[in-house]
Amino acid sequence: MWRINLWEGTELVVAEFHKKIKDAFEVFDHEANNTVDVREIRTIIRSLGCCPSEGELHDLIVEIEEEEPTGYIRFEKFLPVMTKVLLEKRYRPIPEDILLRSFEVLDPSKRGFLTKEELIKYMTEEGEPFSQEEMEEMLSAAIDPESNSIRYKDYIAMMVVDDG
Amino acid sequence: RFIHKWGHSLLARISTHFTAFKAAALIQRWYRRYMARLETRRCCTWRIFQSIEYAGQQDHVKLHDFFSYLVDHFTPNSNHESEYEARKDSEMEKGSDYESIEVPDNYTGPRLSFPLLPNHATALVEAFRLKQQLHARYVLNLLHETRKHLVQLPNINRVSTCYSEEITVCGDLHGQLDDLIFIFHKNGLPSPERAYVFNGDFVDRGKESVEILMILFAFMLVYPKEFRLNRGNHEDHMVNLRYGLTKEVMHKYKTHGKKILKILQDVFCWLHLATLVDEKVLILHGGVSDMPDLELLAKLDRHKVLTTEVVSCEREGRAGSCPGAGSAPWAPPPGLPRGHRASRSSSIPCSCGPPWGPGAGRCRQQAGPPRAGRRGAPCPPRQKQVVDILWSDPMAQEGCKANTVRGGGCYFGPSVTEQLLQKYNLQFLIRSHERKPEGYEFCHRRKVLTIFSASNYYEVGSNRGAYVKLGPALTPYIVQYQANKETHRLTMRQRISRVEESALRSLWEKLFASSLDLLGEFKKHDADKTGLITLSAWAEAVESVLHLGLPWRMLKPQLVNSSTDNTLEYKSWLEDLAKEQLSRENIQSSLLETLYRNRPNLEAIFRITDSDHSGFISLDEFRQTWKLFSSHMNIDITDDCICDLARSIDLNRDGHIDINEFLEAFRIVEQSSTEGDTSDCPQATNTDNSGCSKPSKR
Repeated sequence: MWRINLWEGTELVVAEFHKKIKDAFEVFDHEANNTVDVREIRTIIRSLGCCPSEGELHDLIVEIEEEEPTGYIRFEKFLPVMTKVLLEKRYRPIPEDILLRSFEVLDPSKRGFLTKEELIKYMTEEGEPFSQEEMEEMLSAAIDPESNSIRYKDYIAMMVVDDG
Repeated sequence: RFIHKWGHSLLARISTHFTAFKAAALIQRWYRRYMARLETRRCCTWRIFQSIEYAGQQDHVKLHDFFSYLVDHFTPNSNHESEYEARKDSEMEKGSDYESIEVPDNYTGPRLSFPLLPNHATALVEAFRLKQQLHARYVLNLLHETRKHLVQLPNINRVSTCYSEEITVCGDLHGQLDDLIFIFHKNGLPSPERAYVFNGDFVDRGKESVEILMILFAFMLVYPKEFRLNRGNHEDHMVNLRYGLTKEVMHKYKTHGKKILKILQDVFCWLHLATLVDEKVLILHGGVSDMPDLELLAKLDRHKVLTTEVVSCEREGRAGSCPGAGSAPWAPPPGLPRGHRASRSSSIPCSCGPPWGPGAGRCRQQAGPPRAGRRGAPCPPRQKQVVDILWSDPMAQEGCKANTVRGGGCYFGPSVTEQLLQKYNLQFLIRSHERKPEGYEFCHRRKVLTIFSASNYYEVGSNRGAYVKLGPALTPYIVQYQANKETHRLTMRQRISRVEESALRSLWEKLFASSLDLLGEFKKHDADKTGLITLSAWAEAVESVLHLGLPWRMLKPQLVNSSTDNTLEYKSWLEDLAKEQLSRENIQSSLLETLYRNRPNLEAIFRITDSDHSGFISLDEFRQTWKLFSSHMNIDITDDCICDLARSIDLNRDGHIDINEFLEAFRIVEQSSTEGDTSDCPQATNTDNSGCSKPSKR
């Protein structure tokens, strides 16, 4: 259980969070019955500005699911958990420079790019590996077909602009 | 999933791996969030299109009374319907419609001769692919033959996999010829071994509805046993008035379009209502109600259901449940539906009061003299069955309730499906009617399959199309596609951006059309007159004006260019909106907004008013129509204003207005609608300071 600090400022913030969460939830509530498919909950959480790892997401979902998982998440259970996440500013997005540095770690000789094979290897074998679909989707946008490589600095710049 | 726990201990040991692992994990985390945001945008975009479309449909339903009145008022034949019917019949049968039409020698399009042969049908496909147009004479001839053929067929069509080994079922095409050609290309042309069922909504919205109809009818005549067509809710002349087929026909066939539309109206009524495969799989366009009665369906006079637009009878009644057809005085015969149908002259026993006297309800199921009058007349079972079949949608919840979004038919739950399948010993149901991002969707524990064949329906990249194949085992095998090579080359990101742009444009238009109302709402939230409102207030205000049910907070980044996160200078936001949309300053913005808002309705109304489809209406008719319309819609524009406008458009002072010119003057006609351009219109007008400028060739 968690308690709301009854300080007036926080109340307003919480109310605003509630509306935000409700809107995000509704986008995926296809049958308008206050439930969403559990597979969509990851997307919803991320759309609210959070950037959790797969592991962190898994733990969060355990909190939100029913005792007997139905494959659906109910809004009533989602709301308090998500509000807390937002209030605590958990899972902050990754700053651009950290992202750049991560790419540089994978490119120790500082060429400024990663080959397609290297990218595939890292993304599908390290960290929390990509599925084949995820890998293909990333390749389609990231790889420069002429050099068959990803110039990660440009890639980041492009993606960040797009993200709005 | 549990890697992060395992990883931590491993990482502690392997130091060189540590950084690469962590770096990869960071990148993946970031990337997944990016994709999630893309996905959210895609869903929002979809919602925008849907809500605008449904809002438009509801609008139409609301205006139905008005339309009915207009149709009665302006249709010349509203007085002696039985004579009219008889005359129409003999005209049809005599075929005098087309035989007198000469085909010029320099006509290079396809030529048809009857009885049709397979190569004629194939030649049609090829000709349309090359953008040729079929001459009106052949169109009419084909439609006559089609009608003759359909009249002998039952309401419920039966197909068996014994004869054709595989049956392909396609969903809505909506005038998108590319998709039809793609399906034939990928799946093969129809043949005795390759049966097809097209499940309604062949027309409207897309630009090649006529061509699709010609191809479908041709194949149906060539392979009558293997090629079947079910009626959809868009195979309906009232719906066509508003959603594009009427316009397309009149544009492509200026001289004979009227005749074509008349016979088409009849042909639509004679289409099958449902198809049954191996007595096990039922295919129909929309869905079912909780009182499915296939026996009744098999026996009713389907051709008497001219339009399923009349739904107000049901709406007036109990909102919470489907008005049952249970009050029928006859008992349905036992056993499965038989193929016969009642002869035309027999009357179906009707349980609801005096149906056809003066002042009776507006059920236009017979061509009887309809009167805009008494509300709440109960709907005859025949009408209701057909409406349910063509308009219903499945829902996840149990039960059955009125489909208020569409204004007709039901929402039916899993138990309704179960009931239907058990009652008639069926395996599953195939239907269409709803667009799905993947082109298909199973629901009700895979007992209901929705199949939708118009890819890129809202915009390039918006959705896939699909068709389903059934073999003797009746296991559905789905094939998806997107009939636009361009989309394959785009990344998901680019695809979503394009569709999103299109959706946002539509949304901006709607916002602009309600500028005055929005301003009023904003002011209510700004008691201190600071000129600023919070984001929250903005979202509330916009929803209360537009009633679109959209997640405005999620859409805010695309709609509002506010530097501060939480407040908005609403006046300048509205001004920015206006700058984008207003095309000329000398017309009152309120009038423009009103016209914009009512654009689709106005067009439909004008087309009804122009009863002889000449493309012109007289000033007087225009004034009358406008008066009716504005009083009905509580629009507060003075008559004088409209009259001035009308006069300024009638530049040659002959007392007539060219509809297209008028609509175009306000950029109301869709920009991309006509291939042909305004130079086709006989009355060319010049730009002067009349208040409307002639648009340049598109």
